[in-house]
Amino acid sequence: MLPCGMPGHLDDPKSTTEQASYEAVQRVMEAVKGEENVIDLGPSAEQSSTRALVPLPARRSRELPDPEPPDREIRRGDVDPWGRSERVRSIARRMYDPLYRYWFRVQWEGIEHIPTESGALLVSNHAGAIPSDAPAIMHGIETQLGRPVYGLAEYLFRDLPAIGTLWSRAGGVTAHPDNAYRLLKEDQQLVLVFPEGAKGTGKLYKDRYRLARFGRGGFVEIAMRAGVPIIPIAVVGAEESMPILFKSKRLANLLGIPYAPITANMLMFGPLGGLAYLPAKFRIRVLEPIHFTAEPDQERYSRARVMDASEMIRERIQEALYDMLRSRRSTWW
Amino acid sequence: MRVLVTGLGTFWGSRLAQALEQFDDVEVIVGLDTNEPRLPLERTEFVRADSDYSILQRIVKATKVDTILHTHLLVDSTENSNRRMHEVNVIGTMNLLAAAGAAGSTVRKLIVKSSTLIYGAGKRDPYFFREEMERTTPPHTEVERSLLETSAFVRDFAVDNPHVVVTKLRFSNALGDDITSPFARSLSLPVVPEILGFDPRLQFVHEEDITGALIFATRNDIPGVYNVAGRGTMPWSEICEVVGKRRIPLPPFFTNWAAEPLRMTRVVDLPPEVLDLLRYGRVVDTRAYRRAGFEYKYTTAATVNAFARSLRLESVVGDSNPSYRYERDVETFFRHSPAIIREGNE
Repeated sequence: MLPCGMPGHLDDPKSTTEQASYEAVQRVMEAVKGEENVIDLGPSAEQSSTRALVPLPARRSRELPDPEPPDREIRRGDVDPWGRSERVRSIARRMYDPLYRYWFRVQWEGIEHIPTESGALLVSNHAGAIPSDAPAIMHGIETQLGRPVYGLAEYLFRDLPAIGTLWSRAGGVTAHPDNAYRLLKEDQQLVLVFPEGAKGTGKLYKDRYRLARFGRGGFVEIAMRAGVPIIPIAVVGAEESMPILFKSKRLANLLGIPYAPITANMLMFGPLGGLAYLPAKFRIRVLEPIHFTAEPDQERYSRARVMDASEMIRERIQEALYDMLRSRRSTWW
Repeated sequence: MRVLVTGLGTFWGSRLAQALEQFDDVEVIVGLDTNEPRLPLERTEFVRADSDYSILQRIVKATKVDTILHTHLLVDSTENSNRRMHEVNVIGTMNLLAAAGAAGSTVRKLIVKSSTLIYGAGKRDPYFFREEMERTTPPHTEVERSLLETSAFVRDFAVDNPHVVVTKLRFSNALGDDITSPFARSLSLPVVPEILGFDPRLQFVHEEDITGALIFATRNDIPGVYNVAGRGTMPWSEICEVVGKRRIPLPPFFTNWAAEPLRMTRVVDLPPEVLDLLRYGRVVDTRAYRRAGFEYKYTTAATVNAFARSLRLESVVGDSNPSYRYERDVETFFRHSPAIIREGNE
């Protein structure tokens, strides 16, 4: 069992609303402590919301999985229905491996928590102007467990020529709720998601390792609906690999991108620093899986329930990060 | 069963009528179009009529048809003007449905051949469109607008006429020996256009499966909307490779302008909705129709393969299908002259 203490900002609740959220978290934590990571917050009907958090069109229940048709022998390529190509992925792994091994020197902890067969939603913190955590997590799992990981990301990628295609071949999928559901439930795949999104990668160096808001908790609802566990992952090192010192709002608006950063790398290496990472030591800790007792495939789930679980997962990752930082002697070694 | 087929002058309509003629319990097949049938037909009655309401109502009433196969929705914007697409798709469907829903109508089944163009193609799209999903981008071409409007008419018709089985089939991009579509034409070029840096996931349906799907809906009562596309997906680069063509890139920015010279020189016409497909692709979920019982003959990969084979033959011997020309007097003679000895009818 992991330490489940409260992080700083929740330590002295100031207002009644904070008190309430504090208690909600506390309740979840206790529920979790009690019975082996199974969350059950009572009947959902009592506190049900009016609308699903993540609107998914009505789905006929007991949908049969739709495996790829057996025409391997008449296909030329190996691009799967999601656009991922194992061939491209293995080339990418070969190229990335030295970086993974000798630059970031990635160290894993608790990788046995990741299932070797069934679907699971991997939830991690997100950092670095050009996030370096997603490739490291995907590379580590694919080399150690030998199964693919699909990374959910912004719609932005689908608009980028060449980069978008490479991203898709390497296992990137746009974060549409239906895509996530299909991957998890019907294809039983591993799906990696960063609920912080661009708020996580776009944060300044001074805010490092402080988790941003976890969206609206949509990832929890999808895991509940797909009936798969959530596996929280805490990554230390990505923040220092490409820290953002300043951000230009005007430039970001001009270019139509989420944020336009000036990174430490740019100051050190000049224009090359746009791409070159600093050799921060990566530590990745996989936390215990969280199973939900909620019935899968419901039209909607209680918002309170979803937000409680989302907040609890955020707290766990935050706590794991603080724990890992406490024992970290050097950023680089 | 008495059947009315709209769009007999299109490839689909003719092919469908040919297939319907094989069934003994299909007593009457009436085909409507302003163009002549494309294939030889044995007992289908061809009526050259446009989609005028009074004519349609008279035909529906007089022939007492119980099934209408509405295949006359134009989806190829390279061969039809915007004006014509609006007239045929929107006004034609409106009149047809009005005739089918008129008081005393004997129509009990309506099957509409629509297109997956209705979903559009954009970056916010789900990777697999199911029937109940809406498009994520507003329609920006006439063909998409007219299909959406038509779809609303059909939905209203189904609500107003609960005693009629309404089946709407949305077909993916078609490929086959006998069919022309922007994709088929592009793949027949010496070099095939692509958008630089984009390699979309696409899906195709074989022409045999198109007729098969329409016949299946005619023979079974399956109300609802269904996607029809070959199983599986293929990226555009692989499709070009299977067909054995080199690709020529169009710029990823201002693509529509860059396609203009190709259009003007009549090399290939890539309308905006096809350019969207070459950028983002589109894949639909095909499970619903399979669950309803339809069995496909071709997957997407098999469709592309079959198309590649027919292209290879064509490059050697030219068009291998004997061409057919409708001769009104000859057809009337064969159908109605007492000089013809008809077997089985005596």
